[in-house]
Amino acid sequence: MEFFLISLLNGVTYGLLLFMLSSGLTLIFSMMGILNFAHASFYMLGAYFAYQISAYVGFWPALIVAPLTVGVIGALVERYGLRRAHHYGHVAELLFTFGLAFLIEEIVHLIWGKAAVDYRVPGSLEGTLFTLFSTSFPIYKGFMMLVSVGMLLALYGLLTRTRIGLIIQAALSRPDMVEALGHNVPRIFMLVFGGGAALAGLAGVIGGNAFVTEPGMAAAVGSIVFVVVVVGGLGSLAGAFVASLLIGIIQTFAVAIDFSVTDMAAALGIDLAGGSNLARLSISQLAPVLPYLLMVAILIFRPRGLMGARES
Amino acid sequence: MSVKTAVRLAFAAGALIVAGSAAAQVKIAYIDPLSGPFANVGEAGLKHFQSIIDKINASGGVLGGQKLEVVGFDNKSSPQESLIAFKAVTDQGIRYITQGNGSSVAHALVDAVNKHNARNPDKTVLYLNYAAVDPDLTNVKCSFWHFRFDANSDMKMEAITNYMVKDKSIKKVYIIGQDYAHGHQVAKAAKAMLAAKRPDIQVVGDDLHPIGRVKDFAPYVAKIKASGADTVITGNWGNDLSLLIKAAKDAGLKANFYTYYGGGLGTPTAMGEAGADRVRQLTEWHMNLSPNKTEQYALDFKKKHNLDFYYLRVNNAMLMLARAINDAKSADPKKVAYALEDMRFEADTGEVWMRKSDHQLMQPLYISTFTKVDGKTVKHDIEGTGYGFKTNAMISSRDSQLPTSCVMERP
Amino acid sequence: MSQVLLHRNRLMVWGGTLAVMALLPVVFSQGFAISLLCQIGIMAIFALSYNMLLGQTGLLSFGHAVYYGLGAFVTLHVLNANLGIPVTLLPLAGGAAGLLAGIVLGWVSTKRAGTTFAMISLGIGEMVAASSLMFPGFFGGEGGVSGNRVTGKGLFGITYGPQIEMYYLIAGWAFVCMIAMFALTQTPLGRMANAVRDNPERAEFVGYNPQWVRYLMLVLSGLFAGIAGGLTALNYEIVTAESLSAHTSGAVLLMAFVGGVGFFYGPVIGAVLITVLQIAVAGLTKAWLFYFGVFFLVMVLYAPGGLASLLVMHKRLWQARMMGWLLPSYLLAAVPGLILFGGTIVMVEMAYALLGGAELGGSEVKVFGFVVDASSGLAWAAAAIVAGLGMLLLKRALREVSYQWNNVHAALTRGMTA
Repeated sequence: MEFFLISLLNGVTYGLLLFMLSSGLTLIFSMMGILNFAHASFYMLGAYFAYQISAYVGFWPALIVAPLTVGVIGALVERYGLRRAHHYGHVAELLFTFGLAFLIEEIVHLIWGKAAVDYRVPGSLEGTLFTLFSTSFPIYKGFMMLVSVGMLLALYGLLTRTRIGLIIQAALSRPDMVEALGHNVPRIFMLVFGGGAALAGLAGVIGGNAFVTEPGMAAAVGSIVFVVVVVGGLGSLAGAFVASLLIGIIQTFAVAIDFSVTDMAAALGIDLAGGSNLARLSISQLAPVLPYLLMVAILIFRPRGLMGARES
Repeated sequence: MSVKTAVRLAFAAGALIVAGSAAAQVKIAYIDPLSGPFANVGEAGLKHFQSIIDKINASGGVLGGQKLEVVGFDNKSSPQESLIAFKAVTDQGIRYITQGNGSSVAHALVDAVNKHNARNPDKTVLYLNYAAVDPDLTNVKCSFWHFRFDANSDMKMEAITNYMVKDKSIKKVYIIGQDYAHGHQVAKAAKAMLAAKRPDIQVVGDDLHPIGRVKDFAPYVAKIKASGADTVITGNWGNDLSLLIKAAKDAGLKANFYTYYGGGLGTPTAMGEAGADRVRQLTEWHMNLSPNKTEQYALDFKKKHNLDFYYLRVNNAMLMLARAINDAKSADPKKVAYALEDMRFEADTGEVWMRKSDHQLMQPLYISTFTKVDGKTVKHDIEGTGYGFKTNAMISSRDSQLPTSCVMERP
Repeated sequence: MSQVLLHRNRLMVWGGTLAVMALLPVVFSQGFAISLLCQIGIMAIFALSYNMLLGQTGLLSFGHAVYYGLGAFVTLHVLNANLGIPVTLLPLAGGAAGLLAGIVLGWVSTKRAGTTFAMISLGIGEMVAASSLMFPGFFGGEGGVSGNRVTGKGLFGITYGPQIEMYYLIAGWAFVCMIAMFALTQTPLGRMANAVRDNPERAEFVGYNPQWVRYLMLVLSGLFAGIAGGLTALNYEIVTAESLSAHTSGAVLLMAFVGGVGFFYGPVIGAVLITVLQIAVAGLTKAWLFYFGVFFLVMVLYAPGGLASLLVMHKRLWQARMMGWLLPSYLLAAVPGLILFGGTIVMVEMAYALLGGAELGGSEVKVFGFVVDASSGLAWAAAAIVAGLGMLLLKRALREVSYQWNNVHAALTRGMTA
């Protein structure tokens, strides 16, 4: 029971982190149909900016300034790069973000070096929030969860309850109509892209010190965020949220299961001790592959994802 | 750019930093990552080589005045690129190569060197391995042309377990590692050796996780915690190690971590105070040894390169090579290899011995703990973290020795 | 079909290709150059096989390395099993593996096109790459699988020991594969693939099942990728998990795109260029990854059709004898272009020397044969002014170029309609 509860807690925490990472991408992906490969790079930039800013003025200003800076960079990228690539179709757009991710990593190498930087959790958020049985739960993880849920609520509110949100939603399905009504659709797209990048940057500010801030951090989460968005369904914020939690919990529990086919057979009285590698592989070893398995399965059997409104 | 100029440029490729001059007669090709994600590790290694070679040259070089020179070749961490680099090395007539990052690269290079030497007996190449630790390289896959100056992973485990045997407070051990050859070897060796030496110690868990893909180690730590382990053994390196340590601290896991690479470049910075007093490493040297004959050298090194000195074995390798060249009175790799075999050498940490039967260096090793600098036993910190390593014990080279299955073919 | 293949012009092109392939190692006879040529040959096949998906069928794949890597592993296992198959034919084992993988994986991935296909290929690629370390029995774990291609005396004394013999093996296979892939574009399947790419609904109306067309194209592309993998295995005599990785998938996408996906030979240009750049520029400067990224972005933004499309554009002008219209404006643009290029390179090199200083040592940097001190403000200011000036002038010159282009274009269309 103890182990179950702790694993559940870990799963939810991890899931919320995934949501934090992918909410910006959902926004961009569903709005503009862009598979933004550089999304994780914005996450990385957020972490590095926060590291640099917090070295001068502390963590709290960095929490605001770093995501905004990333957002501005994102908007500039959209304005001077993506918009041009957009004329050549989706593949060019995607390749542009692909190249951008590559370039951002190299620039990070250049400015901050190739090793990890010493970006620490602020003193005020250090310590234990509560202790479940004998396992302590750090304050910082609680903070992370809070921000993640906050992101969901804010985005949801923004999209459904505000004027700009309604325009954004309208521009998604009927861009020409919205344009005809006098709204500047390219500017809306620029704002959306910048906003998505800022969300990734915020995730970086918070994730960077909880984990490790180093140049490989973008590549490490690069593909998992796509899994979340695709599994959740295009254009569905709620879907992304559910998918994040699902993946977080599945992965955490899979780690806990040391069972392999050989063990299962042994339990049934069949001896497979000399069996193949495949039979000896335990579920916990498979844990990190499971999200991809889930994604492929979803794409095959339910291409619009868990809660998506449409196919890509 | 025409193809022809491109090829000509490619010829110049690799010659990144030419420290020496026309006087240099014995060149050593350094084949390791100099670009891409592991470039910092590769560059750090290259500086270690340059530094000791400068020292050897300043004191007269080899063979009465010939200079040594190290030439960097970028292998981009890939076995395939390493073979391309090796091709460039042999094209330039360089007869010595050295490499350390990644056993996969080491395997590829051993194969390539063996084939090259068999196909070109008058242009043999000698391979000095300073950090690839797969035991196979000095067992089933041993080669006359390969010398290893780092203890292999089984020897390291032998040393760690010989130390653990004496610690009666250890009751339950958990083994966790990256799911690839190195992680598997560590787990296998740890289980076998603990069972033989301390049958009363219980191995309460044995986990493998995919290399470099785990973001959140909390579930693994929850498992370790649930198992009640008081000691964790891991062969993890880089982020997989730092993240594990951070997750352990977050969950309040009170266990000692025996690691291979706790002091590896970048790891102390990444784990920070989360590693304090719980992370132990096994190395051939660290900055707070006492006595520490390398202290001044290491301080000069740090001042010059803004980088912590780490690989004493690089010094050993180059000093032993210089002596072997002098003993053989020739820089011919075959003669040098015969001189290097069975060499006993007085290193800064005591006598080391290049075992003839498998070309594996036997050397004293140290277990040390990541501890806050106190100015007395822990004088120097690492990577400016305020934490340094503190010696727990010295493991004599006898206590890390293992038999070898090598059947050496000598030319 | 044979008529198309045997057309006189085409025959000349193929004959020329064959002659160039045969003569290249005579011109570049150094050992290192031959290794480079081998690599180029393999990558050309791989990139062409990729373009069967992206260029011809409109399928963007992020997991093409799966077929290449599996082909390589299987080839080495077959080699090591000593079945007595001549080494010359071994790449076929890789091809078979690629084909088989295509049959299985293609079935699940080609049900849909577009983004869905891209994401499935990404997922499958990640899964196969991850499993490569889980099954050390087949993939050899971290160290990979190695073998020895010299299996015996060989036919006519060809043992494939010396690299030059390996080169001719690769060149031979590359030639055969190129012809086969080109022939495929002329078959009804190849044509239907184009139709499915451009408009799947219409293709369906004509009576073809787009899903089936995509599937067949993927399977065949797996075959050729597998052959390329088999050749890599023989060339390096080692295969590691890296050949299955996302990195390899990305590299082939890059080659195909930079070369030009709209033309059959585009990926070949890309393969040659990227392979040479990777080795040549990497040897010249530490900043090569940076230049690489910038080059790629510039290509995407300003020449999305790849180098091949630029070539074709100019070929048309050449034939219409209109190059003369453009050349002056090109020269006009080249001067500021070079100024901008030079200034930027000096700045990038100085930045690398300065910021990477801790790792590289020293702030002095050698650019174009001059030693510049990156820590001096003067050097920075000078470089910035030069680059800025170049940019300004280039903008003006480009206006002239585009003006001339419009003239030429107008003249051409007038010519066509007239």
